[in-house]
Amino acid sequence: MEVVRDVVKPIIAGFGITRRRLAHKKVTIMYPEEKRQQYPRTRWRHVLTRYESGLERCIGCSLCAGACPARCIYVQASENTDAERYSPGERYAVRYEINMIRCIFCGYCQEACPTGAIVLRNDFELANYRREDFIFTKEMLLEPMPLQ
Amino acid sequence: MPKRLETVVLHDSSTPVFGDIEKGGSVIVTTFDTVLNQIRANSLFPLTFGLACCAIEMMSTAGSRFDISRFGMEAFRASPRQADLMIIAGRLSKKMAPVLRQIYDQMPEPKFVISMGACASSGGVYNNYAIVQGADQVVPVDVYVPGCPPSPDALLYGILKLQDKIKKGHSPKHFKDLRVIETTPRVIEKVEF
Ligand code: SF4
Ligand code: SF4
Ligand code: SF4
Repeated sequence: MEVVRDVVKPIIAGFGITRRRLAHKKVTIMYPEEKRQQYPRTRWRHVLTRYESGLERCIGCSLCAGACPARCIYVQASENTDAERYSPGERYAVRYEINMIRCIFCGYCQEACPTGAIVLRNDFELANYRREDFIFTKEMLLEPMPLQ
Repeated sequence: MPKRLETVVLHDSSTPVFGDIEKGGSVIVTTFDTVLNQIRANSLFPLTFGLACCAIEMMSTAGSRFDISRFGMEAFRASPRQADLMIIAGRLSKKMAPVLRQIYDQMPEPKFVISMGACASSGGVYNNYAIVQGADQVVPVDVYVPGCPPSPDALLYGILKLQDKIKKGHSPKHFKDLRVIETTPRVIEKVEF
């Protein structure tokens, strides 16, 4: 009788928990095939946005570089001319580089930007093999031209 | 005959396969190294090496929501002798660097290193006297995962990148490919307080 009390009953009780768990919702996200929905304010890879007309929003003011706590943004500004116009203002960023490996995705650059040019979107697949590949240049960050 | 081997090996496009896969009953010609790399990539034993806040996300990767055991690496090992993957999760201080190097040296070959987070990969915001500016100054790093902290999905993406690398045969094959291992004991300076 002691065997029933000490061994059989606890085992049945234990499997009872397993049986109840089987009815629970499955929580695992099968990551590479299925991606979880990101929260609306998720901050991941940066994007340099454009106006609907195709002009760049960035005016090369370097306020984002000043606000960045990791000092990982480099902006080099240049003057717009009428022949070569990149942004509506006087100046545009001729070089815009972010060191993704040093960036902490705090979003201060997005907050500091006066024109809303730099935004953090939710592409998190950034891992890579070499440290040099993490310097994201302006060409990599810029949005594609909007469809006419 | 080897039904099992087929299902394992056919998964990967880097494996050379001869014959008609659709019709089953095909012959697989492969090298021993390729099979070995498949096995290596799908049974990595990570070392518990959480150094700071990133370790929380590493632990959550092992939880049931993200479930690292789907990739055959749920067995986090506390001993470097039983591990072949070191996930450096967190900022690496200069005091910790010799310890990290020693533990890396104690891991058996082949060994792989993932540098998780901005701090481990480059120093991140801590550009100061106390933090090593990138764990690659101390150990060779295979995959860098940016983020502060990288979400479990981002870490899983890094792990998949590492598996790709191993499957393509980047593990050392010859003795000369082995990473330099220190054979003479280091003289560790005594610190006076
Ligand atoms: S998200 Fe933060 S750390 Fe990254 S570039 Fe912007 S300000 Fe710098
Ligand atoms: S992204 Fe915004 S803050 Fe940064 S240089 Fe361009 S306009 Fe200025
Ligand atoms: S990258 Fe961010 S979360 Fe990871 S250790 Fe550094 S400060 Fe902590």
